[in-house]
Amino acid sequence: MKVRVYVSLKNGVLDPQGRAIHHAIEGLGIHGVKDVRAGKMLELEVDETVTDAQLEDMASKLLANMVIENYRIERMPA
Amino acid sequence: MTFRSAVITFPGSNCDRDMADALEKVSGSAPLRVWHGDAELPANLDFIALPGGFSYGDYLRSGAMAARSPVMRSVIEAANRGVPVLGVCNGFQVLTESGLLPGALMRNAGITFVCRDVALTVENSQSLFTSAYAQGQQIVIPVAHHDGNYFADADTLDRLEGEGRVAFRYAEEVNGSARRIAGVLNAAGNVLGMMPHPERMIEPEQGGSDGRALFESALNALASA
Repeated sequence: MKVRVYVSLKNGVLDPQGRAIHHAIEGLGIHGVKDVRAGKMLELEVDETVTDAQLEDMASKLLANMVIENYRIERMPA
Repeated sequence: MTFRSAVITFPGSNCDRDMADALEKVSGSAPLRVWHGDAELPANLDFIALPGGFSYGDYLRSGAMAARSPVMRSVIEAANRGVPVLGVCNGFQVLTESGLLPGALMRNAGITFVCRDVALTVENSQSLFTSAYAQGQQIVIPVAHHDGNYFADADTLDRLEGEGRVAFRYAEEVNGSARRIAGVLNAAGNVLGMMPHPERMIEPEQGGSDGRALFESALNALASA
């Protein structure tokens, strides 16, 4: 099955990349965007035997750096 | 006295040779070269260096993959036994990712790669790595990084400052680092991570020799141990 892990910066952590993207959006002439935060999404193909606890483990120990990032795990319906 | 040091090379390290050169020039003994896949470090090391570069192509986060490579388990064990460990640039990123040092190194605040000589202030001249400097001394060492923006929460920063664990501070704004921190020590004082490259300032031909005292400090510490 497919699992998606979304990794995003914690609130309060400055995101220079998001700020540059925000600036570029304004460069397109589109206004009204208040803020941009850049994150990443990882798509995993896993066996049914992989437990939620194991997913939490890999997300918190490797996929996200818990000093600066949060993660959210989503099991995709088959 | 022989100085038994090791330089760890990860796939994508590119300052490992500079680091080995610097260690040999200052100590007179050529360091052992250790590959990331080696599960064990050579025995009885006096010093371990994690060099700069782009280990594993900076995949996921700078230093993230290297921090979980086989050799790092042994490096963490050695660090916990008190063996001096120096991480420069990507090596600093590996040290924060492995949990040996607090905080994280994020994309530079100005987004761009910064590659130039910077002025640093020696904030703690009592450590294993800095005793050959004077307290408050200003030195010039080059930086070359994209992810050198040091981040830690306010409590951690206060603790680092209070415990004298900020080893070096940028004399002026370079990359957005919290409190302009350029190098931090672990609680025991035997692990130092820093973004600037002391191994690139060993002799006048390199444009300066302000980095030399860092390696001399470690040598002196060993000699007096």
